[in-house]
Amino acid sequence: MIDRIIDEIPRFFTWYNTIFFLQAMGVTLALSLIGCGLGSIFGFALVYGRQTRGRWFTPIRILIVGYVEVFRRIPFLVILFIVLFTTEGFGVRVSFFGIALIGICVISTAYISEIIRAGLEAIHQNQWDAAEAMNFGRVATLRYVIMPQAWKVILPPAFAYFVMFIKDTALASQMGVLELTRVAKIFNDRGYSPFLTFGTCLLLYFILSYPLTRLGQRLERRLASSRNR
Amino acid sequence: MDYTFQFGVVAKHLPYLIGGAWLSLLLAFLAFWAGAVIGLLGAMGKTFGGRILYRVIDVYVVFFTNTPALVQIYVIFYGLPDVGIVLSPFNSVLLGLTLNCGAYLTEIQRAGFQSVRREELEAAETLGMSLWQTVRYVIAPHIAKTLYAPLSNFYIWIVLGSSMAGIFAVEELTGRAINVSSSTFRTIEVFTYTAGIYVVLTVVASALLALIGRHAFRVKARIF
Repeated sequence: MIDRIIDEIPRFFTWYNTIFFLQAMGVTLALSLIGCGLGSIFGFALVYGRQTRGRWFTPIRILIVGYVEVFRRIPFLVILFIVLFTTEGFGVRVSFFGIALIGICVISTAYISEIIRAGLEAIHQNQWDAAEAMNFGRVATLRYVIMPQAWKVILPPAFAYFVMFIKDTALASQMGVLELTRVAKIFNDRGYSPFLTFGTCLLLYFILSYPLTRLGQRLERRLASSRNR
Repeated sequence: MDYTFQFGVVAKHLPYLIGGAWLSLLLAFLAFWAGAVIGLLGAMGKTFGGRILYRVIDVYVVFFTNTPALVQIYVIFYGLPDVGIVLSPFNSVLLGLTLNCGAYLTEIQRAGFQSVRREELEAAETLGMSLWQTVRYVIAPHIAKTLYAPLSNFYIWIVLGSSMAGIFAVEELTGRAINVSSSTFRTIEVFTYTAGIYVVLTVVASALLALIGRHAFRVKARIF
């Protein structure tokens, strides 16, 4: 096994193969970055909708709670299949990258809205009441009173979830997106040693996610001590 | 826009799909408990072991929590035959998920260990409790309370994670859904049903875990 790997290394790490791998790494990063970015925006919108008051908004609240609870309980792979076949079935032409991106957005919206909600609920009720007493509107309350305190609670778990999404994009390889796992599989099918191809793949994933994990842990320690209510 | 939904055709295959759900649950159950044992050993090694043991376990945890489970299973499935170990698809997925679980549960259980403070142990000693009583009345409730929420969340995660086995042609829920969709061509309907079954599975699991938590450990657990 070791002989085989040593034998293959010069043939494996050629200039073009390396470029191929790095591009795939870029696709993986782009998928998780754009997916999580859009997910945060939609997730915030969901939390905003969920905190509405009044009878007339009840259907909206029920819809939002249903969405969050259902889509946190469906495997990413199944979501990808549903998105793929729905777009194909209705004749909408979307690239494989687009399909994977839609799948990630659907899931990340549900997960991130829960993180944001937990963050907002960690802020003491007095703060909300005080803002209301000073005649702040809902947007102004969030913008000037709640968010400056809540981001410290939201950020550390958000990093953990971002790393989780980087790892989940590996499943997009099943859709044919040319990201890291797919590229490693292609090299494996060309006959290179699986330890070499998937080992490189694992290493590149590690390079992407480990710094983020560390950053998240650091933020958790730094921000936890500075939190005060 | 000319797709006609035909849920009836797929409804005939529902028992087959639900049969697959049992295998999903079995896979998740085995991986979870085997992972819990690895995690317990890992957490004990990290807390009480020496510097070297700490480093070794740390490398294992950091590596497995920062790389995708799918690629780890690929290495096991395609790589191990090179060294002469041939595992069936089910066993390779189980091994991959177990190693993953072990890494996550090491960290989770270590947090549980750290939640027991020295003062509490000293207080128990002052009250004249025996070792068994200390474990039963002081340490266990504490650990159960801190660990309960992350553990039940993790169990749901592993049920969802077991869907990866479908890629390796294991006939669990996702694998069977792929089979049914290629024999009936009603793909959207099949995967909608599959998603529904996963939601039911995890909701039932959460409800059961919440009940157990409330009665056995007096943890106020939310189902939703």
